[in-house]
Amino acid sequence: MLELLNLFKTFNTGTINEVNALQDVSLSIEDGSFVCILGTNGSGKSTLLNAVAGNFLTDAGTIILNGRNITRWPEYKRACQIGRVFQNPFSGTAPGMSIGENLALAAKRGKKRGFGWGLPASLIRELKNRVKTLNMGLEERLETPIGKLSGGQRQALTLLMASWLKPDLLLLDEHTAALDPKTACKVIELTERIITEGKLTTLMVTHSMQQAVNLGNRIIMMHQGKIRYDFHEEEKKRLKVQDLLSLFDELRRKDQIDIGVSELLISNYI
Amino acid sequence: MTLLIGSITIGLILALLALGIFISFRIFGFPDITAEGSFTFGAAITASLIVGGTNPFVATILAFAGGLLAGSVTGLIHTRFKINPLLAGILVMTALYSVNLHVMGKSNVPLLSQNTLFTWFENISTITSGKDVVINLIGWSIPARDIWTLFFCLLIIVAFSLLLLWFFRTNIGTAMRATGDNDQMIRALGVNTKGMIIFGIALSNGFIALSGSMLAQFQGFADVQMGIGMMVWGLASVIIGEALISENSLGLLIAGAIIGAVLFRLLVAIALRWGMNPNDLKLITAAFVFLALVLPGFMKHIKKIKLIR
Repeated sequence: MLELLNLFKTFNTGTINEVNALQDVSLSIEDGSFVCILGTNGSGKSTLLNAVAGNFLTDAGTIILNGRNITRWPEYKRACQIGRVFQNPFSGTAPGMSIGENLALAAKRGKKRGFGWGLPASLIRELKNRVKTLNMGLEERLETPIGKLSGGQRQALTLLMASWLKPDLLLLDEHTAALDPKTACKVIELTERIITEGKLTTLMVTHSMQQAVNLGNRIIMMHQGKIRYDFHEEEKKRLKVQDLLSLFDELRRKDQIDIGVSELLISNYI
Repeated sequence: MTLLIGSITIGLILALLALGIFISFRIFGFPDITAEGSFTFGAAITASLIVGGTNPFVATILAFAGGLLAGSVTGLIHTRFKINPLLAGILVMTALYSVNLHVMGKSNVPLLSQNTLFTWFENISTITSGKDVVINLIGWSIPARDIWTLFFCLLIIVAFSLLLLWFFRTNIGTAMRATGDNDQMIRALGVNTKGMIIFGIALSNGFIALSGSMLAQFQGFADVQMGIGMMVWGLASVIIGEALISENSLGLLIAGAIIGAVLFRLLVAIALRWGMNPNDLKLITAAFVFLALVLPGFMKHIKKIKLIR
């Protein structure tokens, strides 16, 4: 269970580039639920994910994961509970190291790393079996440096790595955005399979309404650092892409009215 | 021939320096100039301890520890206070200059009349092959003790490189390599990257201080200036090694750094023999490293132009 209580985060405080990326965000996510986060550009959806992952500390608010207050924990310490896949397919793997070594690193996520052999024979067998489930033929290429693989292959491996040890929370940050449509589709299928098989609690940021409609059991829509809509189970099932689009339009129209009103005020008073 | 054997021996001693530079520069991409201070630091610690009557073996180990300490200070300055790696290195290097003078008490400590690791090697040689025995090696006559000294240096460097190779294959060593390769990824897998950098730079400087300590014992003195230019020297060795070994395998890269160090030392010995002014040595080393860094990119550029035409 993940609980976010009144999170605030402002970037570039005190400058003209000040951005209120998170404004009083509160959210509670039950175990086993799969939440899609939608939002306009700069709405704070990625910021929310990064705040949970610990890329930065929030200005105010509390983050509780499975009863533990992790608000002040550094990123690496949170990693024992959180698995992550990044938007950039190159971010989730170490390019100069082999597929096997990358996976072996993931097999020790959040665990103590001592002077034991990094790639023992028993682990290699397990690696082969689990890489085989990707159906990419990579199980025969465990020695290959990961940098030689395509973005789709790397993203699939990153997914496998993030879920190697069952995480309390899986964070997916637009992890198909940088892939071509066909590859994206494959990675999404894999995502769905891994999440259902492992019954993983998941937060997925996406820009694709279609993905949000098809996947998961909850949709959250963010706008200007705030959660504006939150659809659960039955409500979510009834949603169509068209409904989401009109909701976005509505949000944008509200914005324009605000600006229009302020301009009116300015022209009247100055 | 004696000169050749001597050069190879020094090359092997400096291979430890090359391994240190390999860790900081190639594993972490951290241009760590602390090397110049910690090289002397290792020499200074060993020299003053040996003069003070400490067992040479203990004095050498303590030099390694001193290097670890110097490196961790650089790592700490860089990670805790977010100071640029180069500047962090310069700060510690500068500070070490004074520390080295304090450790030695003067700018040069002679070791010629002292018991060093190399005196032990010579003693072993006297016991096994007799005193002042000359061995005939394909027409050249070489003192047996030089061969023994070379052999022991080879043994030490092989032991250390195997140790390093083993370390990089352990769980913690793999995590260290990943820290240099993609720190965001390894942080998301629960590794304290700051701690890893401190540990890695410490290890690197441990090797470098060990190299300094052994060189001081071999040449029979420690000098406060002996670290100057050592980082570029180590870089040259690593780069020669990479040029020789085009493959990306870790074991080969480590072997390459060692071979590079020996080759570079030989090149320098030959150049000096041919009458190169020793004063030009550092200038030429720097020019060499510059060329080695620039050439690959330049060649690519030329190939591109050819392709376009």
